[in-house]
Parts: sequence; structure tokens; C-alpha cells
Amino acid sequence: MSESAPGIAAPRSSSRARKLKGGGRNRSGQTNFELYSWLFMRLSGLALVILVLGHLFVNLMLGGGITALDFGFVAGKWANPLWQVWDLLMLWLAMLHGTNGLRTIINDYAEKDQTRFWLKSLLITAAIVIVVLGTLVIFTFDPCLDPNSTLSVCK
Amino acid sequence: MPSKPAGTLYRGREGMWSWVAHRITGVGIFFFLLVHVLDTALVRVSPEAYNEVIGTYKNPLVGLLEVGLVAAILFHAFNGVRLILVDFWAKGPRYQRQLMIGVGVVWVVLFVPFVIRHLTHVFGG
Repeated sequence: MSESAPGIAAPRSSSRARKLKGGGRNRSGQTNFELYSWLFMRLSGLALVILVLGHLFVNLMLGGGITALDFGFVAGKWANPLWQVWDLLMLWLAMLHGTNGLRTIINDYAEKDQTRFWLKSLLITAAIVIVVLGTLVIFTFDPCLDPNSTLSVCK
Repeated sequence: MPSKPAGTLYRGREGMWSWVAHRITGVGIFFFLLVHVLDTALVRVSPEAYNEVIGTYKNPLVGLLEVGLVAAILFHAFNGVRLILVDFWAKGPRYQRQLMIGVGVVWVVLFVPFVIRHLTHVFGG
């Protein structure tokens, strides 16, 4: 067994466990971050099972499925606050869950400190851009953007 | 290459492969999610821009990729539930094999109706 890379705390480790194991030698800080991250993956995962499978069922199984998806379909869905909240929760939880998952994978396979740093910087930048963009889209969506719109909400 | 040690409960067995599959499907779903938020963001550009890009999701080749995406999501979702049961349910580790079979059963039960319905839409049945 090889030693774990320096500067990376084991998944699920709490500050107490690290203290027992390595005393003050762990420079990654004495927080419970990895423990909370491990717990978050399970809690958000459960919520996402409902959110994502519900999303797939309504968008791909009901009605015309993929053939019915267009601007009017999105407008109809986001006219209902339930779907706005649903999509917002799904966006935030899926992005945090996915970003944290990729962080774990980078920690596992990128061996150099520098490589890990740059990969994680890229990951976090992409995640912030996507979450901010997606949130703005949900809250600033205007179904009547087109003045000649024939959608029923715009008449 | 070191030879496989005898008597391992994990390496090369279903536990290892479900872990590998969980990672691969997770990464795939993540990159689709990035693209999917970007294509949805086109509703802020114009109805035409959104409809044009969402139109590519309806072509047969992409329709088949969506089947792969849903296959990955269903596996990741229910393998994730299995992980939670193994971690939090006292009897989870003892029934890990049955849980693995359960993941397969739920996967088939949800995936088969989806494929039939989705491909009917995509290929205009």
C-alpha cells in the first residue's frame, strides 16, 4: 500500500480521526470538511434521485416526450413556481454533487500538487459559471421575449 | 503486473466494478449537465436559438445517446441508493449481494419502458 498523497484528507475523516492518526502533521487543516462532504453526497444523492427521475419522467415520458420540447414547453413549465423551485434545487444539488464527485476523482488520480491545483481551479470556475448562469436563467426567464410571440401567456 | 491476490473480497469482484461504473457514469453525467445548462440558457437568447439547439436532441443519433445517458443516470441513482444502504443500514453489508441484484432489477424495470417510449418518440412511431 502506498502512502496517501500529502495534503489530501481521507474521505469521511473527521478532525478527531485525523488527530488520532497523525497528530498535528496534517497540514490540510483540522476541519470536518471531508466528513460533511461524504454526508452531503448521500443526502443530495437521495434528493437527486427524486428530482432527476421526476424531471426525466415529465420531460421524456409524458406527452410527446422529446419531440414536444421547445421554447413553449419551457415557458409553460416555468409559469409554475413548483417547476422553478424544482429546477433550481436540481441545478444546485446536481452541480454541488457533481463538482464534489469530480474533486474526489481529481484527488485520486492527479498525483502532482500542481496538477491537482489547476484541475480543481478549472473545475470550481466551471461550476460557479454554470450555477450562476443557470440560476439567472430560471429567475430572469421571460416567455414573451419575442414581441410576436403566439404563446398564450403573452397575449 | 502483480497477480491477483487470492481470497480478496473486493478486487476484481462486483464491488470493485460497481465502484468503477459509479465513477464513469458520474463523470459522464456531470459533463452532460454542464452542456444541458448551457443549452437551456438559450431560452434567454431567443426562442429560435433555443428551438434550433433543442432540435438536435431530437435527431436519431442523439436520441440513441440519450438512451445511454438515461441508462447511466438510472445506474448511478440506484447504485447510489445501494451505497447509502450499505453505509447506514446495519444489515446493508451482509445483504450487499442482494442489494446489487436489486439495483439490476430496478434498473431493468425502469429502463425497458423508457427505451420503448423514447425510441418511439425519436423514430416517430
